[in-house]
Amino acid sequence: MLISILIISGLGIAFGLGLGWAAQRFRVDSDPVVEKIDALLPQTQCGQCGYPGCRPYAEAISREEADINQCPPGGDAGIRALADLLGREPKPLNPENGEETPKTVVLIDESRCIGCTLCIQACPVDAIVGAAKLMHTVILSECTGCNLCLPPCPVDCIDIVEAEPKPPRWHRPRPQTGLDRLLVQ
Amino acid sequence: MTLPPQIDLAHDVGKRTHHFHGGLRLRHNKKVSCQDPVERPPLPELLVVPLLQHAGDVAEPLVRIGDRVLKGQQIGHCQPCAAIHAPVSGSVEAIEERPMSHPSGQAGPCVVIRPDGMEQWAKLKPLGDWLNAGSDCLIEQIQNCGIAGLGGAVFPTHAKTRDGRDRNTHTLILNGVECEPYISCDEMLMREQPGKIILGARILRRALGAEKVVIAIEDQMGAVQKALTGSTEFADSKNISVVKVPTIYPEGGERQLIQVLTGLEVPAGGRPSDIGLVCQNVATAAAVAEAVAEGKPLIERYVTVTGNGIERPRNFLALFGTPISHLVDCCGGYTSDVARLVVGGPMMGYPLESDSAPVVKASNCVLALTRQDIAAPQAEMPCIRCGECARVCPAMLLPQQLHLQIRNGLWKTAQEYGLSACIECGCCDFVCPSHIPLVDWFRFGKGEVRRLALESEATELARKRFEDREARLLKIKQERAEKMTRRKQLLKDKAMQQDRIRASIQRAENKGRTITRESPGGKPDDA
Repeated sequence: MLISILIISGLGIAFGLGLGWAAQRFRVDSDPVVEKIDALLPQTQCGQCGYPGCRPYAEAISREEADINQCPPGGDAGIRALADLLGREPKPLNPENGEETPKTVVLIDESRCIGCTLCIQACPVDAIVGAAKLMHTVILSECTGCNLCLPPCPVDCIDIVEAEPKPPRWHRPRPQTGLDRLLVQ
Repeated sequence: MTLPPQIDLAHDVGKRTHHFHGGLRLRHNKKVSCQDPVERPPLPELLVVPLLQHAGDVAEPLVRIGDRVLKGQQIGHCQPCAAIHAPVSGSVEAIEERPMSHPSGQAGPCVVIRPDGMEQWAKLKPLGDWLNAGSDCLIEQIQNCGIAGLGGAVFPTHAKTRDGRDRNTHTLILNGVECEPYISCDEMLMREQPGKIILGARILRRALGAEKVVIAIEDQMGAVQKALTGSTEFADSKNISVVKVPTIYPEGGERQLIQVLTGLEVPAGGRPSDIGLVCQNVATAAAVAEAVAEGKPLIERYVTVTGNGIERPRNFLALFGTPISHLVDCCGGYTSDVARLVVGGPMMGYPLESDSAPVVKASNCVLALTRQDIAAPQAEMPCIRCGECARVCPAMLLPQQLHLQIRNGLWKTAQEYGLSACIECGCCDFVCPSHIPLVDWFRFGKGEVRRLALESEATELARKRFEDREARLLKIKQERAEKMTRRKQLLKDKAMQQDRIRASIQRAENKGRTITRESPGGKPDDA
């Protein structure tokens, strides 16, 4: 009787110590849910959700301060992915945050640019190069299409252009199906 | 399945033929374009050379408007890719967006050259002693001469050769199996220039470090076999054999041909070099021979102009940039009932909207179809699960399942069903009783998968750049704050010092003694 009590309590103490040590040793510093939410966000860093970037928005979602339908660039697909991850019901995009639009990039009209560097400071991903009083230009492959550089520009020399996939990036469009295919031919 | 030892495989390639799954027996329709000998068409008025001709990125133009170019001069540069050369001597009239023979039908950057008719060649640099040249030297020459796979995929040859050499290739397979109906450009090339193909085979074999070359041709190409074996006897060409394989579409596909010659499958997601083989088109081998022995860059190719919509179908040796309309004119023009122009064969080709598009490295055939050739458009019906598509699929996929996954946007399952293994041969399309455009769906699906992958790459990049910027801004802020505190501290120190000075002066005055001088430490001098 006494032996079994001793064995069981001994085991309990040993496991308790082990678990306590493991909790200290393998402590997770950041919340893993934030990482998972951040991975689903489009990283446009546009701030349309009301937070200064995708990661802050992810943190707000994980604290349940923000809803999952505040990201227009992610669109419906993004909301569905977030709903799947968090086990919530998907809901339509909140119109207060904006509308889902096709992906665009911005172009600086270099002849109008005065070299004020305001857009460079506004760009959340450092996709604009240039120096004071010298021409600026956008690194197109790094532009996320957040349009944050538009408001500060004093001469309105930045235009939004649609990022149309050109060969070799082009790929065949979705086939027309059923009746409409017959009508087109 | 366990692989037989490599050395056995090396001896076995082409010894006997095997079968691949599925495939179709199609009407050849090749004879009609093989009657006349191959000719060079007269120079057109303008040549439009697209800067995107290979699998890879758009080349950077090396010439400017108004420049005079020589025949064979490099005009486009693309580092990991192959070079692009001027097909004629003349002047650069424009560098602008023009239609460019691409499935998208979109315009792209092209160099427009007006020939001066002098045909003045740039200085060519042949590798005189190629028999003793190193592999790297040969591969560099191939790259500089802009050679790319002329079977239609236009993958840069130097990259394929380098990969094959680095992975211990034992056998080079030259693909002369032109299984798609109507196309006869490779057959004409093999008949007319067998010596060049054998020379190219020997050069490529040396560049690859391979032992053996197997040239595969269709069983109905009797004249070709005679021509090729004749050439192998003349040139000291040990270990080069010509193998006839039965004509079943799509046997000319790299993986299918390897399966027929060896009985082995190239692993899914892998390359032929995984099993010690490299496959090149016969026309590529001939181009390699010209590039190494004569220093001639790739500026022309054999093109079949055929179909019921052409008056006198035939083959041309056409310069890149020649408008397709010019070739058609040289064939006596279109017949009155022509309905559609296709680049490539009837199974894998793509329709062309305008015949002003130029001949490029990928264009093996221009096919003009009449109304009778084109099946009447039929409404797409629901899939009835008959399984015909799976029976003919040479890649052993389940097209009906794959199509449903793509239709519903289930990209992950589509990939599990082997989307990337589809070779887009069109067999499933051909037999589908419900007229589902399966290959179009698969091409769409592949593009979408690629786009999503690129997008997630861009997302990763944006995340990294955002985080880097945040970190930088934070650092700047911290540094600024630190500086501020340091300055404040300094000011405070100074004020304290002044206070101390004042205090000691006071003390000194109080004591009524003369002050000589005070040290900066603030301690009154005891002197």
